[in-house]
Amino acid sequence: MNGVHDMGGMHGFGPVVEEKDEPPFHEKWEGRAYAMHRAMGMAGLWNLDMSRYAQETLPAHVYLKSSYYERWSRGLEKLLLQFGLVSKDEIAAQRSLAPGKPIPRKLAAADVPKILTRSSYERPARTPARFRVGDRVRARNINPPTHTRLPRYVRGHLGTVEAIRGCHVFPDSVTTGKGDDAQWLYTVVFDGRDLWGPQSDPTVKVSVEAWEPYLETP
Amino acid sequence: MQLRVRALESILTEKGYVEPAALDAIVEAYETKVGPHRGAQVVARAWVDPQFKDALVKDATAAIAALGMFERVSEHIVAVANTPHLHNIVVCTLCSCYPWDMLGLPPVWYKSAPYRSRAVSDPRGVLQDFGLALAPDTEIRVWDSTAETRFIVVPMRPAGTDGWSEDKLARLVTRNCMIGTGLPLRPEELGK
Repeated sequence: MNGVHDMGGMHGFGPVVEEKDEPPFHEKWEGRAYAMHRAMGMAGLWNLDMSRYAQETLPAHVYLKSSYYERWSRGLEKLLLQFGLVSKDEIAAQRSLAPGKPIPRKLAAADVPKILTRSSYERPARTPARFRVGDRVRARNINPPTHTRLPRYVRGHLGTVEAIRGCHVFPDSVTTGKGDDAQWLYTVVFDGRDLWGPQSDPTVKVSVEAWEPYLETP
Repeated sequence: MQLRVRALESILTEKGYVEPAALDAIVEAYETKVGPHRGAQVVARAWVDPQFKDALVKDATAAIAALGMFERVSEHIVAVANTPHLHNIVVCTLCSCYPWDMLGLPPVWYKSAPYRSRAVSDPRGVLQDFGLALAPDTEIRVWDSTAETRFIVVPMRPAGTDGWSEDKLARLVTRNCMIGTGLPLRPEELGK
């Protein structure tokens, strides 16, 4: 979807400001919100892209004004409602009003060390890769109203395949009920001037990780 | 937000969906165990062992796993090395993808709209926000983390560090230099 989360190339957000000696969490609730998100993510009901999509579909003004962990918490509330694990009344009442539903898996404290590293998103290939390293490709001009990981700023632009990363779970499919639908994943590099115009910095190259359905032969 | 999050935790606990001790363990891990010191150890090894550096750039997950430094290593890590002519910088324009297990939680600026919007269109300006001025002819390569591949920058080893131990070298490796918004500390900056 062409949401406010797709920020690459936008103007008007001001300079990047670094906080010196930044703590991992600024307030206790941030750590709890993050931990709940991770724990519920392990329940086996939704995957990473579904939780990204839950945040992307927050109203634009809410997305922009919310702090990072606020967004995660609001995204988690949406997923809990969507999967019927929690009711609107319960969110409003701020307490449980009915017993919980069975969930596929409950994260135990002893299993936390295992979730600190990420598992593989690669899946067996069903077809040979269509593109090779060095191929010129065009990022398709697609504008799906649903979740996609092809940023707007590369759509329609020519780039070069630099690496083939294997066949990976396809975010556009997994968020629309079509399962993993693994697709070949490529690193595609663009000349900055092709993206930002002839007046832009000639020393810049930008790459995205693009699944095969995002690309076409020019 | 504090009340809302606390209420949500009570609801999830009462319904039996989460174990508070598991939440404690997650918070504790990110506050005390997982952090940029992990990435720094890997970079320091790459500085002293060219063969390891080659392996790291070829397949970072396999090379880091082979070191045996860490109990587990995430999949799909990609290490990109700076050279005198090339500077790498990592961003996630769409959300906050970051090599968490190597660098810990991403800092607020990495997840902020100013960084996500400008890193791809004006990386030189962003580096200036960090006080970093590269030579005008240095090529800047921006890696937008749009998939599950996770990028870590291997900066160049600072001059004046001949004969240093890996542990001492690792102290020069800052979080920002592994994202690309900084350079490693110089020897004279150590301990400041």
